[in-house]
Amino acid sequence: MSDPTKPNDPLLREHGRKGITRRGFLKGAGLTAAGTALLEGVQAFNSEAATSTNSEVTELGPGPVPVRLHVNGKEHAVSIEPRTTLAEALRIHLGMTGTKIICDRGACSGCTVWLDKVPVNSCMMLAVDAIGHEVTTIEGLSTESEPHPLQAAFVKHDAMQCGFCTPGMVMSCAALLEKNPHPSEHDVRHAIAGNLCRCGTYPRVFSATLEAAGNMRRA
Amino acid sequence: MNSFVLAECTTVEGALSQLKDGAAVKAGGIDLLERMKNGTYQPSKLVNIRNISALRGIQKTQDGLTIGALTTLSEISEHPEIQTQYQILSDACGHAATPHLRNVATLGGNLLQPVQCWYYRSAEFECIRKGKNFCFAFGGLNQYHAIMDYGTCPAVAPSSSAVALLGLDARIELSSAKRGKRMVSIKDFYVEPDANPTKFTVIEPDELLTAVMIPKPAPGTRSAYQKYGEKESFDWAIADAGVVLEMDGNTCRRAVITMGAASPVVRRSQEAEALLAGKRITEETARAAGKAAMTNVQPLSMNAYKVDLFPVAIYRTILLAAGQASRDPSAAG
Ligand SMILES: Cc1cc2nc3c(=O)[nH]c(=O)nc-3n(C[C@H](O)[C@H](O)[C@H](O)COP(=O)(O)OP(=O)(O)OC[C@H]3O[C@@H](n4cnc5c(N)ncnc54)[C@H](O)[C@@H]3O)c2cc1C
Ligand code: FES
Ligand code: FES
Repeated sequence: MSDPTKPNDPLLREHGRKGITRRGFLKGAGLTAAGTALLEGVQAFNSEAATSTNSEVTELGPGPVPVRLHVNGKEHAVSIEPRTTLAEALRIHLGMTGTKIICDRGACSGCTVWLDKVPVNSCMMLAVDAIGHEVTTIEGLSTESEPHPLQAAFVKHDAMQCGFCTPGMVMSCAALLEKNPHPSEHDVRHAIAGNLCRCGTYPRVFSATLEAAGNMRRA
Repeated sequence: MNSFVLAECTTVEGALSQLKDGAAVKAGGIDLLERMKNGTYQPSKLVNIRNISALRGIQKTQDGLTIGALTTLSEISEHPEIQTQYQILSDACGHAATPHLRNVATLGGNLLQPVQCWYYRSAEFECIRKGKNFCFAFGGLNQYHAIMDYGTCPAVAPSSSAVALLGLDARIELSSAKRGKRMVSIKDFYVEPDANPTKFTVIEPDELLTAVMIPKPAPGTRSAYQKYGEKESFDWAIADAGVVLEMDGNTCRRAVITMGAASPVVRRSQEAEALLAGKRITEETARAAGKAAMTNVQPLSMNAYKVDLFPVAIYRTILLAAGQASRDPSAAG
């Protein structure tokens, strides 16, 4: 596996020497901001990982590709195949097992993480699609010393039974509070409309979220 | 999931150049990854169009609206102009799947998802939709299948947005490297199973769906969509109805009634529409229209309940569109 800190990207190898920077090259090629972020996240190509690098198309894989993922405020270098889902990258490659894989089909939202603060199902997203975006997982919600007010409210309201759906529930409800600090119960119901709780703890999830909204307002 | 080469594209031209030798387009990836995880589809190359910013966004034009293929269902359902002028579309996009899926699912991908049928979606069953000559649904479990116009395969039309766009008479823009652009009316976009069971839409393998154009609604237009499911959320419709009413006061000049989960291809009910044209919208006319929509039904062994459910979905959605009822709390949210 190539060292992701070494500039062995073919673009850099070809053009770096001639004083053409990677960023400049991409700009010159007329790439959009999103496209530039994307290509810069895919770093350190080796010739096997990236076979065609014209201005418009970059081929990755099928083998492992070194990429950088921004997760919970930190940059992580990982080597993943294009078929790796974001959920698998988090759990297997980064050891962040707070995000659960339950149905693996988009039908339970147990794997909910935020992509730039927007809640998404990480089991139905390729990890490479998270390049250039900020991923937030349940591990990133609390600070080192304190749980997120919503996590505290979940504990206080005993808003879990087996707990398997809980990380997804918390991420969905916390995303709601980011967007709408004064939700009604209807808003909470709507925000977790895709979160399946086999144990049926929904009423506690509603009450915990409504109380956390109140606490966060006072704080 | 099989391993594959991923071609990351940032321009339409770049993506079109990659559409050959069985390469599969990936937009939001929700339908595609599901079929790949199930093992029913194993493309060796994916063309990732998700980062083509030119394909994203909603534009107001002189003739109506143009929506880029990569615009997400959430973006469409939350758009103020769509919420007020094209309510049927914001309703449909806002009630498809789940909130988190809608944040990723694109309009193009939603229109292009193949039919829903648990036999078709399972790798264990080689059926007529996969080029074989047998349909398991007729003699098997068929409670979610079609009740009309199904011919050789009763798998149902899955796309909520298509039910709305058929009501709005939308046109779909398809682009290819060799032949340039062509426009296809949504009513000609889907392929009936009897015409070709393995081809779900008219799109060719070298084409991208690039945009959807929606004409400006006629004055006095009101519209709505409601979806009924077995669960309140996260499931496809078992019955759904789209209603567009062109009103003069309380009299309906012209009505369009559409249905998704009744047949393999989204359809209009001319019978229901005829009953509303020139009439006042009342509880009575709305109920009669709902009933009329069930002319020519042929339910299967396990889905006769849909023949009762569709008329209710249609009549309540007519009243919702006419502003005479609020959103049905028993409809899926
Ligand atoms: C639990 C669950 C519940 C659901 N409920 C509903 C529901 O109620 N109503 C509903 O409508 N849907 C429902 N869905 C389906 C979901 O909405 C679709 O899977 C999604 O909209 C597909 O969009 P996408 O962008 O992810 O498409 P993708 O998976 O990326 O693509 C879908 C197909 O279209 C092709 N494609 C995509 N974009 C283009 C393009 N621009 N040009 C050419 N080809 C293209 C792909 O090759 C693929 O074959 C549900 C899904 C799940 C998992
Ligand atoms: S595990 Fe991702 S939605 Fe169920
Ligand atoms: S607490 Fe058990 S699934 Fe929700």
